[in-house]
Amino acid sequence: MLVSVKVGIPRALFYYYLFPLWKAFFEYLGAQVVVSPPTNKEILNMGVRESVDEACLPVKIYYGHVMYIKDKVDLLFLPRLVSIEKKAYICPKFMGLPDMIRSNLTGLPPVINVDVNAVKGQRAYKKAFFEMGSHFSSSFRKINRAWNEAFKLQSRFEELLVSGYFPLEAIGILESGHKGEKDKHDAAHEIAVLGHGYTIYDNFLSLNTIKHLKEMGAKINTVENLPLNIIERTAAKLPKRMFWTMGKRILGAALYYLERSQIDGIVYVTVFGCGPDSMIADLTERYARRRGMPFILITLDEHSGEAGVITRLEAFMDMLAWSGKNENHFSSHGKLVDIC
Amino acid sequence: MKITFPHMGNLWISAKALLEGLNLEVVVPPPCTKKTLSLGVLHAPEFICLPLKINLGNYIEAAEKGADTIIIAGGRGPCRFGYYCRLEKEIMDDLGYNYEMIVLEPPEKSFFEVIQDIRAIAKCSMLQIMNAVRTAWLKCCVVDEIERKVQMIRARESCPGLADGIYKEALKDIDSAQRGKEIISIKRRAFEALNEVPVDPKREIVRIALVGEIYTILEPFANQNIEKHLGKLGAEVKRSLYLSSWVNDHLLGGVLPLESTKEACRLAAPYLNYFVGGHGRETVGSAVKFSREGFDGIIQIAPLTCGPEIVAEAILPEIYLSEGVPVMTIYMDEQTGEAGLITRLEAFVDMTRRIKFSEKDSDLLILRG
Ligand code: SF4
Ligand code: SF4
Repeated sequence: MLVSVKVGIPRALFYYYLFPLWKAFFEYLGAQVVVSPPTNKEILNMGVRESVDEACLPVKIYYGHVMYIKDKVDLLFLPRLVSIEKKAYICPKFMGLPDMIRSNLTGLPPVINVDVNAVKGQRAYKKAFFEMGSHFSSSFRKINRAWNEAFKLQSRFEELLVSGYFPLEAIGILESGHKGEKDKHDAAHEIAVLGHGYTIYDNFLSLNTIKHLKEMGAKINTVENLPLNIIERTAAKLPKRMFWTMGKRILGAALYYLERSQIDGIVYVTVFGCGPDSMIADLTERYARRRGMPFILITLDEHSGEAGVITRLEAFMDMLAWSGKNENHFSSHGKLVDIC
Repeated sequence: MKITFPHMGNLWISAKALLEGLNLEVVVPPPCTKKTLSLGVLHAPEFICLPLKINLGNYIEAAEKGADTIIIAGGRGPCRFGYYCRLEKEIMDDLGYNYEMIVLEPPEKSFFEVIQDIRAIAKCSMLQIMNAVRTAWLKCCVVDEIERKVQMIRARESCPGLADGIYKEALKDIDSAQRGKEIISIKRRAFEALNEVPVDPKREIVRIALVGEIYTILEPFANQNIEKHLGKLGAEVKRSLYLSSWVNDHLLGGVLPLESTKEACRLAAPYLNYFVGGHGRETVGSAVKFSREGFDGIIQIAPLTCGPEIVAEAILPEIYLSEGVPVMTIYMDEQTGEAGLITRLEAFVDMTRRIKFSEKDSDLLILRG
């Protein structure tokens, strides 16, 4: 029997957005997918050691995951995610990441290094997958079927997110085949937790922000819980088109939550030195303030401690409870036009 | 309408010539000072890159002089600059300034289309526009030429500061000059004066290349006068970017046969194989280019948290390993102190000088047996 090729996927960055797509694609083509474990101290330390000081925490953690997995696989999946949709990028660091990794880390296995750039149109996205598929199969039809299958799974993943699950839960459901108990407690407050997915859903990185907020009695809503078309429609109202995919989605979600839903406050989780967030978080805060919506910014780096974050979140939740009693933290509900 | 724009090195001279040539009233923001920066820091997001902080300071100070309209370039990413115009507008609005913004968006609007737009407001003839463009461009080129000469003299002059004095005078004269002939004769005079500056022939000169993010490269206030300090240390400086080549590449579509960043982009491979926004790829490519041109050291400067330059920084050590020229990275932000900077520059220049002149030393050692 053929021994299948082991493809390594670092559990970091776009793992939280596209893992089901990647996994299904590679598996359909006969590869065995190996994922690094959830971020831990060892992975963080390796990442911090190997990367430049100025890199942001998620990139450092990505380095750590690559270090962890590189000797355990035949092929390392190291795509250059320039853009996943028309007219929008992800972040300059994503565009240089494969070169940074290659330049800074030694002893890498052979890599699948495809450039994914859909800035000029979605077709390039599919093309990138065909290039990836050619590592495993020479049959166009087989790759095409793998792409279709993978896409189906990714759609199911995104449906789960919209129905209220977070990425790790949704990945678990797809893998085990059955939905677990959704925790249904009475929430005192509804909170929007905004930020880049790989920041807020990596529990080690985010110092369990979501878990703590839940324990403090909050119901959490994230960008991923909103249907994309709604987000896009709201984001289209921005005075200038936002050219970062995640930034656009965060602003779209923020505006949506500000305009109509029963959100009591916004928690924005970011990391030191994040270029896009330095603008997106600031704009979100401005829009929130113009609407009288409570807002808190949590900025993390490798030295942040969980206790400090808990204290700040508690203070925020107390403030909500207090202002909730007075029921006047909402100024008039105007149109979006008034906000931005 | 009173138009202003953010400072970036000597850009103001050409920008002013252009806009005034179009019959517009121009308010040049006061030169950047510590106060400019602290105004910006006060109102800007904490982790935004340095240029935006200084821009804000410029706008606030220009408003005090009556400016009501800002002209600035736009962009479509991936680096933050493309959203500067919008965020700056939001911040100025929240502060209660009623600024209009004219945003030059590439490529939906070309430089010439914008001029057309401005013409609609400014009401001037095509001939006036041509003259304005020509004068602005001439000023830009002449300023760059003089600056390059100054970079040579600074490293060699026996009495530090003379070259800069001449340079400063020349800039002032160029700013007030109206006609091409005048500008050319200012240049001639400046060159004559610079050639008269007494130099110390015994100095061991090293050649240092400055690469990095455009704003920190071009704006002495943002880079703590790094070029002057290097000059004093006996280092002749060349930059990866001069205003004229940037204007040619970005506003004129590279029509003129000037030194272009295209070559730098080509040389970035195989180290960095993709553009990464800002000038990240140019930084990597220029480091390769200057290494091969025999420079003795390369200094990368960039605002702290600048994404494109962080990518470049991560890759520069590999270039050092394969090309053999020492590289140093310096990040600038509101905390950067001039004293600390000078210490780092001294150490770096000393090292490059030792490497450059130690070959002779080792020869001597061999001769002495
Ligand atoms: S978006 Fe921010 S966190 Fe993500 S890679 Fe870029 S700088 Fe890092
Ligand atoms: S190049 Fe760097 S400093 Fe300049 S705007 Fe972009 S991110 Fe900011």
